[in-house]
Amino acid sequence: MAKTIAEINEKIREGRVVVVTAEEVIDLVEKEGAEAVAEKVDVITTGTFGPMCSSGAFLNLGHSKPRIKIHRAWLNGVPAYAGIAAVDLYIGATELPESDPLNEVFPGEFRYGGGHVIEDLVAGRRVRLEATAYGTDCYPNRRWERDISLEELPYAFLFNPRNCYQNYNVAVNLSDRVIYTYMGMLRPELGNANYCSAGQLSPLLNDPCFRTIGTGTRIFLGGGIGYVMGYGTQHNPEVPRTPRGAPRLPSGTLAVMGDLKGMSPRFLVGSSFLGYGCTLSVGLGIPIPVLDGEVARAAAVRDAELFAPVVDYSHDYPQGTGRVLGEVSYAQLKSGKIILEGKEVPTAPLSSYPRAREIAGILKRWIEEGSFLLTEPVELLPCPARDSSREGGGRG
Amino acid sequence: MIRRRVVLHFPHEQVDKPIVSRLVRDFEMDFNILKAQITPREEGLMVLELVGEESNFQRCLRYLEEQKVTIQPLSQDVRRNEERCTHCGACTGICPTNALRLDRESMEVVFDDESCVACELCVRICPPRAMEIHY
Repeated sequence: MAKTIAEINEKIREGRVVVVTAEEVIDLVEKEGAEAVAEKVDVITTGTFGPMCSSGAFLNLGHSKPRIKIHRAWLNGVPAYAGIAAVDLYIGATELPESDPLNEVFPGEFRYGGGHVIEDLVAGRRVRLEATAYGTDCYPNRRWERDISLEELPYAFLFNPRNCYQNYNVAVNLSDRVIYTYMGMLRPELGNANYCSAGQLSPLLNDPCFRTIGTGTRIFLGGGIGYVMGYGTQHNPEVPRTPRGAPRLPSGTLAVMGDLKGMSPRFLVGSSFLGYGCTLSVGLGIPIPVLDGEVARAAAVRDAELFAPVVDYSHDYPQGTGRVLGEVSYAQLKSGKIILEGKEVPTAPLSSYPRAREIAGILKRWIEEGSFLLTEPVELLPCPARDSSREGGGRG
Repeated sequence: MIRRRVVLHFPHEQVDKPIVSRLVRDFEMDFNILKAQITPREEGLMVLELVGEESNFQRCLRYLEEQKVTIQPLSQDVRRNEERCTHCGACTGICPTNALRLDRESMEVVFDDESCVACELCVRICPPRAMEIHY
């Protein structure tokens, strides 16, 4: 029998909701079957924690006296975008200080950037604001410097246009020299392979055709509460899929936002990639309402049934050739080695599985305690695979 | 037989003297130089693995101290800032001795400082920069 989100929320309020994580549901569905699990379990929690470059924060500073219409701004020396209203700024995760030597001494270290500014703010550390302006009749101030803290800011939102990639490339290097990429350091001639997904715990891999996730879905974001705004940039649902609907290439993405004030530096960590740049590692978890057996079956997917494409980052990725060297499962990746072109290649993740597990656990606790209610999405994310299965006699 | 890794700090005035060679000649120690450098202040820093009899190893240490060489056990050398480590695992792909490796059950990064040869590759690779050098 199908369940509604309103019915699940009623159970959360009454303290009789049944929640399991996306890891726990695997064995449960194997033992009892998806339909039985759908009767018993109301919510499945997921989690992921990894570098997500398309992240940033909108900060409202409050007005100075006299007032200023900021033209250029820096936070701890990192430029922030000021091309919006007078005292609103956007600090992007990958922005670097103008004094950074970048890759002039290769490979550059990129020790501090926008992601670190966001982490500092969330950790309660004071951040130096410098702002300049050209002065207007209504905003005469031309220069403003002060230390700001998150607590004192009137408004601060984490606002990420692309997070939570559904599946991702496994990066390798076919050339004869070491390369430094956003997927880490890659040794020559298939010396190592780096991957970046929580696999069977990853939010969008547990709802592969977005039957429950959409605009307005309440989520765990950076240790606090956030919302899905809609599909993220580069959202691409039209990719080859496994028989159970999981994308075999990087596919769906989310645009998300949330109040920075409720977040934690444990789940928003400024990160540096040698020879590449700075970013922000983001913790994100999504609750999946178990509306029916089909939802439970999809969320019971295991690492052995999820596949990632192996891509050469010395030539094919930078040149955009689109060539895929092969496909490996997340179970193989997590074993520590994969076989490519007859060679045993050691693997390493860039996405923290322990922290993904922690996020799924926290979200489970919040729901069980009754402090986190599910929301009805106002619009599901675009996905032709979902729409066509419905047209073909599926449920409405 | 014992096998120990040590970090030696040579003061400026000792940098040009043959000291390590005497460890072989006089104390029958085998050694493997894991790292050697002269700092801008002309002090010497050497990371050595010494293999030999325990009693000879102790005599080595006494000799080095007499030569005003400061000795530091290697485990104090590369350390993990437990607060900053997110257990992502990025370091495990580049660590040459598997001192940094994933526990496949918990998927947490295990740091076995006994196996660390202080190559310091992890220091700049770690995205949250949780690996620190303490000489």
